[in-house]
Amino acid sequence: MKSSSFGQKIINAPYILWSVLFVIAPLVMVLYYALTDSTGAFSLSSVSQIKDYAGTFILSIGYGALATLISLVIAYPFAYFLAHTKANFQRMSVMLVMLPMWMSFLIRTYSWITILGESGVINSLLGKIGIGPLPLINNGGAVILGMVYNFLPYMILPLYTVMAKMDNSLIEAAEDLGCGKMQTIRKVVFPLSVPGVASGVTMVFVPSVSTFYITQKLGGGQVNLIGDVIEAQFQTANNYNLGAALSLVLMVMILICLGVLNYFTDSDDEVNGGVLV
Amino acid sequence: MKKIISILLALLMLFTVCLPVFAEEEEVFSDEVIEYYKNLGLQGTKLNVYNWGEYIDDEELDVISQFERLTGCEVNYTTFESNENMYSKLSGGGVSYDIIIPSDYMIEKLVKEGMLETLDYGNIPNYEKYFDKEDYGYFVEYEVGGSTIEDYAVIYNIGTTILLYNKKYITEEPDSWSILWDEQYKGKVLMFNNPRDSFAIAQAMLGQDFNTESTDDWDAAANLLLEQRQKVKPTYVMDEIFNLMESGDYYLGVYYAGDYELMRSDLEEKGEDFLGFAFPKEGVNTFYDAMCIPNTTQNKRGAEAFINFMLEPEVALANAEYIYYASANTAVIENEDYSLSESEAVYPDEELIANAQQFHDISNDNLQYMSTLWMKVKGSSDSLGIYIAFFACIIAIAVVIVITVIKKKKMTKYYNV
Repeated sequence: MKSSSFGQKIINAPYILWSVLFVIAPLVMVLYYALTDSTGAFSLSSVSQIKDYAGTFILSIGYGALATLISLVIAYPFAYFLAHTKANFQRMSVMLVMLPMWMSFLIRTYSWITILGESGVINSLLGKIGIGPLPLINNGGAVILGMVYNFLPYMILPLYTVMAKMDNSLIEAAEDLGCGKMQTIRKVVFPLSVPGVASGVTMVFVPSVSTFYITQKLGGGQVNLIGDVIEAQFQTANNYNLGAALSLVLMVMILICLGVLNYFTDSDDEVNGGVLV
Repeated sequence: MKKIISILLALLMLFTVCLPVFAEEEEVFSDEVIEYYKNLGLQGTKLNVYNWGEYIDDEELDVISQFERLTGCEVNYTTFESNENMYSKLSGGGVSYDIIIPSDYMIEKLVKEGMLETLDYGNIPNYEKYFDKEDYGYFVEYEVGGSTIEDYAVIYNIGTTILLYNKKYITEEPDSWSILWDEQYKGKVLMFNNPRDSFAIAQAMLGQDFNTESTDDWDAAANLLLEQRQKVKPTYVMDEIFNLMESGDYYLGVYYAGDYELMRSDLEEKGEDFLGFAFPKEGVNTFYDAMCIPNTTQNKRGAEAFINFMLEPEVALANAEYIYYASANTAVIENEDYSLSESEAVYPDEELIANAQQFHDISNDNLQYMSTLWMKVKGSSDSLGIYIAFFACIIAIAVVIVITVIKKKKMTKYYNV
């Protein structure tokens, strides 16, 4: 790497200060709490308690993976077709995708309670045609729905960015050389969009795995994920050490998942899209 | 011309906005009271008040701004959502509060840890006037270690937990918590989404002490809660109960007595009256919230004046009408205009809550043990489908990875040739 000039250092200083204060320092504190007991002495007791929560970890990763997969299946075709429409329509649609994000995440999740509830919008409509009431809320399905709904924009946007930037001549060349529509998508479009997929997956998977608000509101306490356990350690059990140890393990697990993902996607990418972690 | 008209219109709007400020408000306090607070010499001082959310009147009287008006003291008002939140902020340092309003067991903890100032009742003359300990004594156990709570705290509100039921579906008034274990109400039950309150219900059914130090007791209570979870699949909620119970979708719920009145009056406005309440015979939890002064205070005189002000009959009444919890202030209880004085839920007869118990500060080990058990109760999952889906995902990902690896190897071979 080239050594940077004094001017560059000055420009970088605020960001470096920011990350030391709000990224590095909290991480060090998490590490400190995870490896000490309530008196502040070194102890591995919190870390050793983690095995009790292995099932919860697996369940959380399962929920996160399922939500990510569903988001990908919904977002991919949407982004593909969106990228091939008129510019005006594209701008409008991207705006519509982002619009819900202007509202608070908490309010958006809370309002699903009134939509899915037994006397909610869907069930009262179904009731009019003689079906129902269906148990739509307070189960795992509602939690997955909440995750997909909330994090779908984070999947669509990087995918769309990659697709919109894609060099059309490559697709034309493929067609020219006798590729069918599906073949073109499989052999040209998909490999070129892998960076977008990777960043989309990252941005949906990470918040899904660690969420606790969605499970509490839409799961009604029926689904207990690792985020709920961590929250409870800080809010009710007053056990910061276990909470920090769980957070640490969660971070490591997410890092491993992303490491595996990046290993298979980072090589020979011509199109750079979205935000790669 | 148009410009002038729009400027005039803008001015008119501005004037309407300012109008309420000019309006002369009717004075609610007597001259004597006004004089008392004016002469305390608190002008220009600051007071940091830390209270539960939605736990002070800010509509009828607007208590905080009245205090500011009378004393000239500037109040910085912030709120917390749980005793534990409050505790971690307070003990974390870096903040200084002059008034906090935590609950019983938390006050005991703070007293034990020496974090509270003792109160100088010479500066709180209203305490003598408006407090009759006999009147609310059955709710409250004072002793903590060698001292009494009274040395450190003035009670703000009192309450109990309560069983709520939907009269449309449950025609007979229930008399036991065991109805929450009845399989015919599967999916129709709302439980507390916080461990201590949920455990208290199971403990009452088992006839245990709510503050037991025996792990066997906690285990037994946890098993009972687990049984409930498997039998009736309760939904675990806190403040969402307002919407859920009022929607009529749920038959049974548990919450705090004052909130029953709040829900009932909400429903009354909609012309509904299906919400019933009961005090189960096994006993409920009684609690109180009280005003204390942490020892990091910068303005103890102001804090005591604030406590005194909260005891003024007008202020206490406004708060009681806003919060719906039971007031400990005799000026409120005996007031004929007080809308809740007849409420059986808020001011129950002593025999109705004969087996009631109070929370005390339990050891940190027990607290953590309880929390672990609670996680087990809530973590027990029988949704097989999600596990299947999960393993399907894993297999799919593994297949993709293997295919990619094989392809890559083929490609490198091809290029190398």
